[in-house]
Amino acid sequence: MTVGDRLLRLAPGVTLCLLAVPVLAGLAGTLAPAFGIDPLSGRGAGLSAFADLWDWPGLRAAVWLSVTSGVGSSLLALVISLGVVATLIGRPGFATVQRLLSPLLAVPHAAAALGLAFLIAPSGWIARILSPWATGWTQPPDLLILNDPAGLALTLGLVAKETPFLLLMILAALPQTDADRRLTVAASLGYGRVSAFALTVLPALYAQLRLPVYAVIAYAMTAVEMAMILGPTLPPSLSVQVVLWATEPNLAHRGTAAAAALVQVALVIAALGLWRLGEAVGRSLLCHAARSGWRAARADLALQPLLLGLALAPALALTAGLAGLAVWSVAGPWTFPEALPDTLTLQTWSRAAPGLWQAATTSLTLALAATLAALALVLACLEAEHRFGLNPSATVLWLLYLPLIVPQVAFLPGLQMLALSAGAQGGWGAVAAVHGVFVLPYVFLSLSAPWRAWDGRIAVQGAALGASPRRIFWQLRLPILLAPVLTAAAVGLAVSVGQYLPTLLIGGGRVETLTTEAVALSSGGNRRVIGTYALLQMALPAVGFALALALPRLVYANRRGMGTG
Amino acid sequence: MRLTRRQFGLIAGASLLAPRAMAQDWSAVTDAARGQTVYWHAWGGDPKINDFIAFVGAQAQAQARYGVTLEHVKLASTADAVARVLAERDAGQTSGGAVDLIWINGENFAAMKAQRLLLGPFAESLPNWPLVDVAGKPAVVTDFTLPTMGYESPWALAQLVFEYDTARLPTPPRSLAEMQRWITEHPGRFAYPQPPDYLGATFLKQVLHGVIGDPTLLQSPVDEAVYEATVVPLWSFLDGIHPALWREGRAFPANEPALGQLLADGEIDISFAFNPGRASAEIAAGNLPDTVRTFVLDGGTIGNASFVAIPFNAANREGAQVIANLILDPAVQARAQDPAVLGFQTVLDMAALTAEDRARFDALALGVATLSPTELGPVLLEPHASWMTRINQDWIARYGTVQ
Repeated sequence: MTVGDRLLRLAPGVTLCLLAVPVLAGLAGTLAPAFGIDPLSGRGAGLSAFADLWDWPGLRAAVWLSVTSGVGSSLLALVISLGVVATLIGRPGFATVQRLLSPLLAVPHAAAALGLAFLIAPSGWIARILSPWATGWTQPPDLLILNDPAGLALTLGLVAKETPFLLLMILAALPQTDADRRLTVAASLGYGRVSAFALTVLPALYAQLRLPVYAVIAYAMTAVEMAMILGPTLPPSLSVQVVLWATEPNLAHRGTAAAAALVQVALVIAALGLWRLGEAVGRSLLCHAARSGWRAARADLALQPLLLGLALAPALALTAGLAGLAVWSVAGPWTFPEALPDTLTLQTWSRAAPGLWQAATTSLTLALAATLAALALVLACLEAEHRFGLNPSATVLWLLYLPLIVPQVAFLPGLQMLALSAGAQGGWGAVAAVHGVFVLPYVFLSLSAPWRAWDGRIAVQGAALGASPRRIFWQLRLPILLAPVLTAAAVGLAVSVGQYLPTLLIGGGRVETLTTEAVALSSGGNRRVIGTYALLQMALPAVGFALALALPRLVYANRRGMGTG
Repeated sequence: MRLTRRQFGLIAGASLLAPRAMAQDWSAVTDAARGQTVYWHAWGGDPKINDFIAFVGAQAQAQARYGVTLEHVKLASTADAVARVLAERDAGQTSGGAVDLIWINGENFAAMKAQRLLLGPFAESLPNWPLVDVAGKPAVVTDFTLPTMGYESPWALAQLVFEYDTARLPTPPRSLAEMQRWITEHPGRFAYPQPPDYLGATFLKQVLHGVIGDPTLLQSPVDEAVYEATVVPLWSFLDGIHPALWREGRAFPANEPALGQLLADGEIDISFAFNPGRASAEIAAGNLPDTVRTFVLDGGTIGNASFVAIPFNAANREGAQVIANLILDPAVQARAQDPAVLGFQTVLDMAALTAEDRARFDALALGVATLSPTELGPVLLEPHASWMTRINQDWIARYGTVQ
């Protein structure tokens, strides 16, 4: 065994340690105040924080809202993204969808929410365009569209934001499913397009898609920015309430916030359990449909337009909302019911320009450092898993995804304490390391399924021809899996660029990124400034996603079987 | 809190003596501050304020006598900086902290002071302190009834003013009773930010001040024995207007910027802000139509001051004091009061300024929508912080979880 092999063998353990230490420190920082161990509360250890939480009259409504909007939006996003692929795969429109994907993916959540809010509000863009000639409104009507009690606006926002992510995950996984040949066989047996996809491709695809879907559910249930802008407020969702308690100026509710964060974690786990049950039901339905020989060829006529319509609505809403913000960024005075601003000005942009370059450079450097480190670790883990026949246990997987399901605001103070005690504060390196904690799980979940689904017979052939494991990795597996590797890197880049609280808390405010600037500015609600920063904040990850989609096509322009579909 | 003339005299006298005693110390402070980089943690939500802080930074660096570099750490919420200092304290970091200066007041100040997280007293030793109008503007030494004791230095005054668009509403209501009638007669055209938001809570306090039998009660901590009975008129006022609020009270704007946006979008006809110059500055920035004007209620509106404080473990504490002093410089204060810049009301005493410095303020236009000091009327002092906490709690229980 060479030194390299020995190092490789250590990779999974090292990676887990690198994740586990901050995660456990963060969790300890959450658990302690929840059980009354907090120098500030002045109370002894005990369950009084949970009692306070129980006494909060909004608890039931907040929990219900988190579950319905989180699970509902994830289910819709999954159906829509699968529907788009089922309908368009192998058709010309498919390439267009792929091209549109990257800018949509890169939209920061807060910007997406504000864009949507401006679009659908009673004084928003749609109302402005239709008023007064069609609606007769000279002043905005008093309609409860945003912040509706059922959380419909919030669900729409989450669907719009999560669908592109799931689509990207599907596109990365699709080549591993041999979809074209399966669909051809199914079509020749008389199956309709949608049913052929559901019966032959979906089972193989979903196995790879499961972890990203879980991440989406966890994210949607714990989302803060979107819920603050689009969600109801009487009461808000549980995740928003955690933030409100944790940031209360008199510091009296830190224990309640921590207790609520733990309830939030339990909720996510329960929702994932529920989802698993749903998977079992879905599987038996599919099996039943397969055995019955139901070909559903006619169903395509109704299903395809429906699915496309479903897919178009959130994509259009997101795009139009962002266009609205873009117009705001160059708008002079713009009052209701004018469809467009009276005058255009570059004032907002010229105001934002100084300091922008530096913030963008910092964002990019941090993102590259965190992403490259995470990518190297994930590749080493996956390769070690393959070469030494290791099998990650369920516990290990849970540990890996903890940073995604514990609400950041509850988890970060503990992490900050750790960084401060270790003397690693305010530094650029510490911030990059913490970004890595959040980037790594996403890189892992984007990459692991396509990596494992790779056709191992290629490796056997290579070995038979005398190639070493090392050579098989560098010259066969990595090049063939270039698309999913780059996609994972782009996702990692976007995750890093979007980090606000970790950057602020660990960096002590001394590491200034586009996102720390943008979030601080968006707390002022100025649409012009938000528009400016949202566009810039999108630009960095958008370049990353565009490269991830374009590079494999360029590199493998001469190899038909290595495209992305 | 009302101070007697004699108490004023004592405070003013003490503050005149202090700088002379501190003169020696101050040169030590400026010597130590030279070359320091001060990290000022301040809300970063308003480009106008961000530009002003950048201007202060340029002054601190340009003026050869200081040589201090100022970095504005832009926060979405002041609580983030408080949490940072707290974490440092819990981790045993008693020096070299990341936060040098915080923009602070009210509950954040009370919490930090109670937790002994602040350095001080320092404010009354600043060379520019004698220029501060302690007698005429008691809010500069009283933060939510809590004496500041020199643990924070004031830099701007704020007072609640209502904003309306004359193009849609020619004559606004001038008293609480008129306001109540106007709201019920114009359903959906008034809103207030959802408590416990700062501005929303201020609205509740303003109403409470108007409907309570004896407003002096508000200057002492809540007395649980009579609390329930005392606040009955507040709830009946709110019960009266809620069905006629924007969205029938089923949704509330999140904060001051969100409320201001509703006025700008024409969704409501009356909004309010904690800065008498906000409307003028927003008109100048093109965010509000130039027909917007402001008004106050008969009998006065609640006012307070914005402060800067230095955490106990600040790494660049001398530099932070230099900045705190620089913000009290008449030229800097005059710039902050310029309606084209911020429109903040100065904390300085015009009578204490030199003729040249006074001229800087006299030269300022008031701003098209800003009321003159006389028109602004009496400033009501903030109630004791316990009132805000208690009323917020009850508001959430009564209205905050209806769904």
